[in-house]
Amino acid sequence: MPPVLDIDQIVKKFGNFTAVDNVSFQVEDGKFFSILGPSGCGKTTLLRIISGFLEPSSGSLRIRGEDMAGIAPNRRPVNLVFQNLALFPMMNVAENIAFGLKRQRCPAREIESRTDAMLERVGLTGYGPKDIAQLSGGQKQRVAIARALVVNPSILLLDEPLGALDLKLREQMKIELKKLQREVGTTFIYITHDQSEALVMSDTVAVMNDGCFEQIDTPRNLYESPASSFVAGFVGEANIFSAFVESQDPELIVRTSTGLVMRATAMQQMEGRECSLFIRPESIILMPDDNLEDLNRFELVVEAILFDGSNTKILAMQGDSEITVALPQNQQFAHIAVGDHINAGVHVDGCKCYSGEMS
Amino acid sequence: MKSKVSSGLFIFLTPVLLWLLLLIVIPHIELLLMSLQGESDLGEPIWTLSNYTAFFTESIYWYTFVRTAVYALLVTVLTFAVTFPVAFYITKVVPVRLSGFLTILLLVPFWVSELVRVYGWMILLRESGVINHFLLQLGLINQPVEMLYNDISMIMGLVYTSMLFMVVPLISSLEGMDDSMIEAAHDLGASKFVIFFKIVIPYAAPGITSGSIVVFMLALGNYLTPNLMGGKNSLWFTEQIYNEFIASFNWNQGAAFGFLLLLLSSCIIWIGLKLGRQQLGKALS
Amino acid sequence: MIRTFPQSRGYSLGFKIYICLFYLFLFAPLVVTCVLAFNDSSFPSLPWKGFSLDWFFADGPARVGIFHDSSNLTSIWVSTKTAFFVSLLSLAVGSMGAFLFEQEDFPGKQGLYFLALSPLVIPGVILGISILLAANAFGLLLEENLGIDVPILRPSFWLVVLGQFSFISTFVLLVVSARLKKFDHSLEEAALNLGATRFEVIRYVTIPFLRPALIGAGAVAFLMSFENFNTTLFLVGSDTTLPINLYLQVRDGSSPIINAISFLLIVSTSLLALINLLFSRRGEEA
Repeated sequence: MPPVLDIDQIVKKFGNFTAVDNVSFQVEDGKFFSILGPSGCGKTTLLRIISGFLEPSSGSLRIRGEDMAGIAPNRRPVNLVFQNLALFPMMNVAENIAFGLKRQRCPAREIESRTDAMLERVGLTGYGPKDIAQLSGGQKQRVAIARALVVNPSILLLDEPLGALDLKLREQMKIELKKLQREVGTTFIYITHDQSEALVMSDTVAVMNDGCFEQIDTPRNLYESPASSFVAGFVGEANIFSAFVESQDPELIVRTSTGLVMRATAMQQMEGRECSLFIRPESIILMPDDNLEDLNRFELVVEAILFDGSNTKILAMQGDSEITVALPQNQQFAHIAVGDHINAGVHVDGCKCYSGEMS
Repeated sequence: MKSKVSSGLFIFLTPVLLWLLLLIVIPHIELLLMSLQGESDLGEPIWTLSNYTAFFTESIYWYTFVRTAVYALLVTVLTFAVTFPVAFYITKVVPVRLSGFLTILLLVPFWVSELVRVYGWMILLRESGVINHFLLQLGLINQPVEMLYNDISMIMGLVYTSMLFMVVPLISSLEGMDDSMIEAAHDLGASKFVIFFKIVIPYAAPGITSGSIVVFMLALGNYLTPNLMGGKNSLWFTEQIYNEFIASFNWNQGAAFGFLLLLLSSCIIWIGLKLGRQQLGKALS
Repeated sequence: MIRTFPQSRGYSLGFKIYICLFYLFLFAPLVVTCVLAFNDSSFPSLPWKGFSLDWFFADGPARVGIFHDSSNLTSIWVSTKTAFFVSLLSLAVGSMGAFLFEQEDFPGKQGLYFLALSPLVIPGVILGISILLAANAFGLLLEENLGIDVPILRPSFWLVVLGQFSFISTFVLLVVSARLKKFDHSLEEAALNLGATRFEVIRYVTIPFLRPALIGAGAVAFLMSFENFNTTLFLVGSDTTLPINLYLQVRDGSSPIINAISFLLIVSTSLLALINLLFSRRGEEA
């Protein structure tokens, strides 16, 4: 069975500017696939190419094995949930959802039953006759998704639909969306610049930068073994140092510009002396056991405690290097105060080194 | 702050009240009173409905009245038909950097006096006019044709004069419409036809209503264009009013006509607002 | 269908042709009028007989240019004076109205607002005759009871000013209100908090904020007054304004001198329109 979406060497140029630069990937049926990248990386352009609002400059795009070249958006088995939702204000909730079905000339009875079923699925039973203006942000969200899902697309494209919601609601919608996707089994392609949205919901995440895919992987792999310095910096938090390679044999040793000397793991072929070093806050161990091997050991001076509940960190100095350290959730280190000197260590695997200068 | 409000209110309220009372309310009451007065056989002023009965018994009066109303409606519909594609093109089709320029270009002619614009059409259309000159030169006609002084030229003139008041509200309501709305409809399988009638027109309805009201009102109350571009029998109701006031010096009859015209325009505007489910304040601002 | 869609060729070509025709329709009468102002002919029509400035500068006896035509020059002066007083008056009263309806609260506000907008839907002709009738009745009242003759209440310069002012104020009110709606009231509160009186607030905070709207509204008021025909027609006395004077000439026949005046009007109003546009642009950005 062919993948539901097969993109092969897609390029999109606007004049001299290359928005999407030779991107290829496949999405399997029923998956939640996210494209994660900063604004201006070309992810929206890619989405518009998939939905048919833009023609690629070159490359091919197949949906369920069928070439989509020259096929208009309204003829593609792909539906889009817009960034600003684009609900029709002159229609009520039910009319909005029924819009696509009416265009398919469904019989009235079927439209009604499918609309009702869809409303129930997104938890809005009985909201059909309401005006769009009467809905809350989260409810509008669900109507927009219902409107696109009700026509049974092969792929549902979502363009940062949670962007306008406040934090609490966003957390809640993430979980709802994930559940909804598993229930309906439709392939979701989700565009976002928010790494947490991508990591929480997706089966697979593609990290996009400057029109190219840097890495396509599961959320866990993306976080634990980023393929490039861009991915390491963009996904999750990290202490980032620009550094020089001191020696490569028998193991990699680097010296940061602030004077820290570390044994590190090379994530790619080292070319030249310049490199960048990434250490995640949670990979730094406070007061490590003396028996632990392969540990870089150093002493930290606590500068500030950044209390944030389960996400509390300390900001500490090692010489001239500023390092953020995540505090374990037990109360083991509750006694730490500003000015304390404290032993710390980080495993060689936790010091990830990428070739070249920091971007 | 509350205690100071009253003095501010007083200072703002007084001139506004004077303006509205002395120049709007009282004159229109006077118009109504005047229309209900006449002269007895002895030349003394009396109260009478004769000015209104004259309107209904003299067929030329109500014929002109109905004709004016129907033509003003026709002008409104035509103006909408002519300007809607332009508003749509400027807001949705043309590249953004051109749309500002096209809008300015659109507005400039309407700053020029209506008289100048009508005069321009007169020297274009009349028997010795520019269009006839070109048609003769091209050999398309042998004899100059009089294209001015008929109903068609009059309606065209009225459409031309009123276009601005339709196109501006249309542009501003279409500008407020997010392109993604049209994209969403298209993505859900709607044809151009459906998008136009189910999405674009309903969305622009407020602009269409306010534009139509203003255009209708202006066409109904126009004197210059029907007078200069219409023929001898292109009677417009404002011409009747003018005749009663200036030529016949029958102010009572003229006042009755004026009041009827005011009544007609208010009625049609009210119906328009009801149809468009709008409020006057919103529609005009 | 719209700019973000892939376009079908026929659709966009058809649309372009329509737009070109529309702009041709829009500009043809103005362009023709301007061009014929420079034709060396006694009639404003083709054929082209050569370029001439006669209709601007000639000083009789065969041709009289606009700059030597005392009747038209006088009417331009009358119109300018009228427009000046009308814009001054309506700017004052219209802005007070805007303040009244945007910032104050009083019983019957909705009704009064409705009344203030009504001049927009009263045909200009009706407004003209109503004011004529009321002024006349008032004049008669004064003359019969007090024996005073008030010439202003007969068709005259000042009656025209009042008549135009009665509806132009509404336009000013709408323009100023629109700007006032965007006004951030915390600025006023900040000024009051810093010890300014209410009128100091208006003088130093609100008016400067409104300046672009006031300039724009003033320009619109000036032009509307300068070009008004319908209302003026019934109120005008011996001081004929330019539109009335032109109307009388156009009705009785045409002469290239009308083209010359039209040319001057088109050029100056376009300039004024552009200046106004630039001002309002800048106001929007501020």
